[in-house]
Amino acid sequence: MKAPALALAIFVAVPFAHGQTNNAPSAADGIAQYRALLADGNPADLWEAKGEALWKQKRGAKNVAFSDSCDLGKGTGVVKGAFVELPRYFADTKRVQDLESRLLSCMEAQGYDAAEIAATPFGRGEQVNLEALVAYVSAESKGMKFNLPQTRPEERLMFEVGKRIFYFRGGPYDFSCASCHGEAGKRIRLQDLPDLTKNPGDGVGFAAWPAYRVSSGELWGMQRRLNDCYRQQRFPFPGYGSDATIALATYMGVQGKGAVSIAPSIKR
Amino acid sequence: MTMATVMTTTRIIPLAWAFLIAGCAAAPSPQEADQAALAIMKGSFREQGIAKLDRIQQDELQQACSGEKPPSEATAKRIETAQLATVQWPADGVYLGDWREGEKLAQNGRGMTWTDPAGVPSGGNCYNCHQITKAEISYGTIGPSLYQYGKLRGVSDPAAPASTDMLKYTWGKIWNAKATNACSNMPRFGHAGVLDAAQIRDLMALLLDPKSPVNAQ
Repeated sequence: MKAPALALAIFVAVPFAHGQTNNAPSAADGIAQYRALLADGNPADLWEAKGEALWKQKRGAKNVAFSDSCDLGKGTGVVKGAFVELPRYFADTKRVQDLESRLLSCMEAQGYDAAEIAATPFGRGEQVNLEALVAYVSAESKGMKFNLPQTRPEERLMFEVGKRIFYFRGGPYDFSCASCHGEAGKRIRLQDLPDLTKNPGDGVGFAAWPAYRVSSGELWGMQRRLNDCYRQQRFPFPGYGSDATIALATYMGVQGKGAVSIAPSIKR
Repeated sequence: MTMATVMTTTRIIPLAWAFLIAGCAAAPSPQEADQAALAIMKGSFREQGIAKLDRIQQDELQQACSGEKPPSEATAKRIETAQLATVQWPADGVYLGDWREGEKLAQNGRGMTWTDPAGVPSGGNCYNCHQITKAEISYGTIGPSLYQYGKLRGVSDPAAPASTDMLKYTWGKIWNAKATNACSNMPRFGHAGVLDAAQIRDLMALLLDPKSPVNAQ
């Protein structure tokens, strides 16, 4: 999968980009074409199928299935429409939770050690199952519009906190999220950057994750996306399901109200 | 099934802000949100590799430039003056090194992340944000184009006295971009210890040497 996809990227992007010195929209066009070609057979389907099976499977020491136990905010076992309303407040954990931290709570109720799974590196152990579950849950809301609840004080606080964390500059490079995502029409190398200070539109930014990443052959949830952003920001390591990541997701999700979710999407 | 007994994930909540929301009305006050944001930042990160927790202890500039809006003009001026005083000028007066090494540095985006080993020199990350040579089409647009940087600024002989001001300005920009623009998106490469003086000389040559492809092509 990997090698031919990369070869295709070079083939498509380079001829279109050649000779452009200023704003090289043609390079971006080439990449867009390449993505469109790939979207036809998004390997995220494989993760979705596995996630659906996991959702219905009795698991953990308590031997219960998510379909009989896990409430993602729309009622026990309900998946459709849940993704586009997360993060939201949950009374049982007394926390605002995003999809991944909520799935972790549901796994804890199955008898798993949530702290241990949160500390497990991406792509290993139960983190692999979480990838499949986020693919499945997000896919069940494909085509629906983001509509995060902001009725609870905890939810409003998380939005306000998320905004502050978005602009928080630190590290040896003085970067914040806004350094790269604070203006429309900007790029890092040839990679387009969504402006996340406002609604960037249908299927862009928050509405495009989880996603299958062609370059690594992996399915990334929003937690992993944010984790790698912080790595590149030269920050220390954000905890999996930590409140800073949930606050940022709340900020992006509320800003993106009305945007159509295309998750799980496909990314270079 | 109830999850009232589920405790592990709730342990992640720092107590410092958990009680704040108890007293909140529907909309938190800016002060409540400020406090909660700082407490959450403090409780959400751990050190990994070379990326220690001191990286989220903001200095005055980082704090002043972390708002949705930029700081006041007076604050910005004060910051710029303080940052300008930190610039270390080349002791021997030699501003330019080798543009070929500079090009390699400009291409190199490595360094300072938690996956980078300690002790490996950082790259300049320049192409991530700037157009520089004509040949490299994979460049970012967060910063302005630097193509023909020296030529457009009339630097035909870097050794000539007429070039001194531009050499100093450019050195200052790379060493500490905040000396001329308080909340610039550009890192303070010299000031933060990301690049050393020899590396900055090479980047200076890439931008200002008439033989560099930046100016010659």
